[in-house]
Amino acid sequence: MRVLFIVPAYNEAASIAQVVASLHEQHAVADVLVVDDGSTDGTGAVAEKTGQARVIRLPVNLGIGGAVQTGFKLACREGYDAAVQFDGDGQHLASEIDSLLAPLASDQADVVIGSRFGREGRGFRSTRARQLGIKFFAMVNSLLIGQRISDNTSGFRAYNAPALRFLTDYYPVDYPEPEAVILLGKNGFRLREVPVRMRARQGGVSSIRGVRSVYYMMKVFLGILMGTLRPKVRRG
Amino acid sequence: MLQNVHTGRVQVIAIVGSVLFLGFIVELIRKRKIKEEYGLLWVVFAVLFLAISIWRPGLEVVSRLLGIAYAPAAFLLLLIVAVFLILIQFSVAISSLAEKNKKLVQEIGIMRMQLAERSGAGRDGAPDA
Repeated sequence: MRVLFIVPAYNEAASIAQVVASLHEQHAVADVLVVDDGSTDGTGAVAEKTGQARVIRLPVNLGIGGAVQTGFKLACREGYDAAVQFDGDGQHLASEIDSLLAPLASDQADVVIGSRFGREGRGFRSTRARQLGIKFFAMVNSLLIGQRISDNTSGFRAYNAPALRFLTDYYPVDYPEPEAVILLGKNGFRLREVPVRMRARQGGVSSIRGVRSVYYMMKVFLGILMGTLRPKVRRG
Repeated sequence: MLQNVHTGRVQVIAIVGSVLFLGFIVELIRKRKIKEEYGLLWVVFAVLFLAISIWRPGLEVVSRLLGIAYAPAAFLLLLIVAVFLILIQFSVAISSLAEKNKKLVQEIGIMRMQLAERSGAGRDGAPDA
């Protein structure tokens, strides 16, 4: 199985080299792709310097969804069998990738989501407001696609080739994760959640804070509602 | 008598204003400052305003038809509808531009990398993929 690790990074110069190194050492067989989403702190240059990653530098900032989708496009064009989205801020652990890829390799799922809320409830705790938001999306999404996904905001995901092809055309530009769950669930992709450990971020600041978190909740909620109202996309 | 002078004056002003507005829009389209598809709504409403200012009882007729007691309110309604439609058209146009823009940025990003890899491959061996 040829796998591409897609690392979206916006102003993550402090942590990107470490992230690339951890991916490279854990999985020397897979290719690492860093998508520098128009950073102003030289993230792309730092990533290139490692010599262990291919680096796409977007000329302007698209938002995380647009950056990750660039990776999906490359993965499709170059015929990868699967891709793993792995955040550039150091929250995700390369050692957990195998458990994400296993359901894809055995063709039990098209999309695997690394969840912070596993049976063992491990990893770090985020703020109370954020936990509330995550619970809310879990409820809404579970209602709408009839499958319980507990961690809809997780950006630690693995996709097989059909899912990648689909997302190449349909992927929200900003805050895409909860919407993508609906989109994929509605269009008949098999979703699977696996518990993973996550760390607190290693550098940089979250893009979702203050007034923006209100915009985030409303935008994502609207996106989810619209996602359920849209007809199923016909796939070839 | 005074009443007639005033209503006559306001009609002249309305007609002149509407003609100037229509002329302005047409000129912008002619000079390709506005594309035809975005000029269309403007032209339609400019013509409508002109029609209303020429055919004054028209507004009363339309108001009665819609059950609006105060005829000028019908005119305000028309204005708001015009502004809403044009703004919605803008939102649609902006969304479509944003989508195209995103695709272009993604393609440029991919191509820049491929270009760098190709020229790099000539100098110091194959890139790592």
